[in-house]
Amino acid sequence: MTTANQAGPQHQARRRWGEWLIENTVRLAGVSTILIVALIFLFLLKEGIPTFLDIPLRQLFSGRWYPIESLYGILPLLVGSLLVTIGAVIIAVPLGLTVAIYLGEFAPSWLREFLKPLIEILAGIPSIVLGFLGWVVLAPLIQNLGASTGLTAFTGSLILAYMALPTIISISEDALYAVPKEYRDGALAIGATEWQTIWRVVLPAARSGLVIAVMLGVGRAIGETMAVLMVTGNAANIPKLGAGMFFQPVRTMTATIAAEMGEVAQGSLHYSTLFGIGIILFLITFAINSVASRVVGVQGSRRRGGQL
Amino acid sequence: MTRQQSHKLAKMLITVISALVVVPIVFVILFVFYHGVSALSWEFLTAPPTNGMTEGGIGPALLGTVILTFLTAIVAMPFGVAAAIYLAEYAGDNRLTRWVRLAIVNLAGIPSVVYGLFGLGVFVLFFGFGTSIIAGGLTLGIMTLPVVISTSEEAILSVPQHFRTVSLSLGATQWQTIRHQVLPHALPGILTGVILGLGRAAGETAPILFTVAAFYLPELPKSIFDQTMALPYHLYVIATQVPGMPLEIQYGTALVLLLIVLSLTLVATPVRTSMRRRREW
Repeated sequence: MTTANQAGPQHQARRRWGEWLIENTVRLAGVSTILIVALIFLFLLKEGIPTFLDIPLRQLFSGRWYPIESLYGILPLLVGSLLVTIGAVIIAVPLGLTVAIYLGEFAPSWLREFLKPLIEILAGIPSIVLGFLGWVVLAPLIQNLGASTGLTAFTGSLILAYMALPTIISISEDALYAVPKEYRDGALAIGATEWQTIWRVVLPAARSGLVIAVMLGVGRAIGETMAVLMVTGNAANIPKLGAGMFFQPVRTMTATIAAEMGEVAQGSLHYSTLFGIGIILFLITFAINSVASRVVGVQGSRRRGGQL
Repeated sequence: MTRQQSHKLAKMLITVISALVVVPIVFVILFVFYHGVSALSWEFLTAPPTNGMTEGGIGPALLGTVILTFLTAIVAMPFGVAAAIYLAEYAGDNRLTRWVRLAIVNLAGIPSVVYGLFGLGVFVLFFGFGTSIIAGGLTLGIMTLPVVISTSEEAILSVPQHFRTVSLSLGATQWQTIRHQVLPHALPGILTGVILGLGRAAGETAPILFTVAAFYLPELPKSIFDQTMALPYHLYVIATQVPGMPLEIQYGTALVLLLIVLSLTLVATPVRTSMRRRREW
């Protein structure tokens, strides 16, 4: 009896200490994620800040990217990223939304059960494999269509559109699914057809979610590296405005970093500028994801493995 | 056109377009398989590339990717699961928690090439690891964290609340409850998330470009402070940097990479889908 009483408090103290230790260990792991984001930004700044200090802004945002002659105008790279991304979004958004409508409204459930994992598989195909196929199959095909080269902004947009589709589909589908059933019932009850209900009631009601889908598609596309590096031709020119601009070679920000970081001297201005481009990419995706997560809310990010 | 007709037309169009999107996924996989399968052999998988990489196999690159993926798991799994336990079981609804969630969403959204820059700045230069397996593994590990955290949290949350209530009411502490009641049930889901994350990591090229990947290195690495070849980068190199490269070897390399990544995804996906459905016990 006495021994038990003596062991009791000791045991309890040890237990409480163990609980305290574990709670704080897992808390530390959780809070570290904030630290990691901060660290990523700090290290980009540390290596990249000379870009913004040593290169006059006018030169930095000029049109000549020619590091061998110390010309670091990032405008062509910004335009390149923008063109490829806009092209990808123009292709991927209508397609993604269509598939989302099909999955949510028309597909029989057995087909749905088959298609959803298939789309997750698409999300899993490495960008280098799609880039490789773009390089050996798609680019020659586009060249045969009459372009002077198959390695163009459009080729990049096609591959990127395909890579952004899983993101756009899954978020659009969630947005459609979140529309209250009463809305549909109401529309159908007053005699609207299924399609009228979708077009006039469900889609407008899901509007904000669909905007998020587009935003995250943009975020996904603008950060893509390897596939774009392989198929866009990597010419740091600003294409002339017009319909033909999608069919010229461009060079994106991501591709520039990937292609040139291997050959620069560490600490050189060229090296810093590549990190500077990294800062711009970080800020763009940070803004997109922060705004999107505000709107979608915690629930959404939890459901989709953090990929939003 | 009557309303019924326009409904039928819309439905048909949507179905056709969806097919046009979905069918190519299968086609892409079959296409790589068709062109690459003839290259596969035991020798292709184990031998180093020879004769300026235009002959031989992918042995060192394959091994490099396996080692890197393994290291990614060692980094991302304990860290990610711990963070998930915190979010699911301990975190209150407060500003700190919202910040953590925002950080995770952003970690998931940072471009992979920016992770490469981060790995270069921190692990290769600041910590002085040099271009090495450890630097690449840590970079990939951190990149994989958000997937592991989110899927693990999902798995933990899918364990019904009354499991916890009963355990706590019997006098178990919170950690005992998590350890003995929650985690065992969440384990399949957690492993799924880890595998899914590893599948992504195994196929990534941009984060390893400046942190670990060697252009050509027929010897196998001796320690984690050595460089190594890796399959995704090797595919990039032989496709774009080596003139006169036989297409068969290129497709063979793409196929092996695809098979690794797809088998990981295929293992993970069905479990994940069924777990989501099972939320209500």
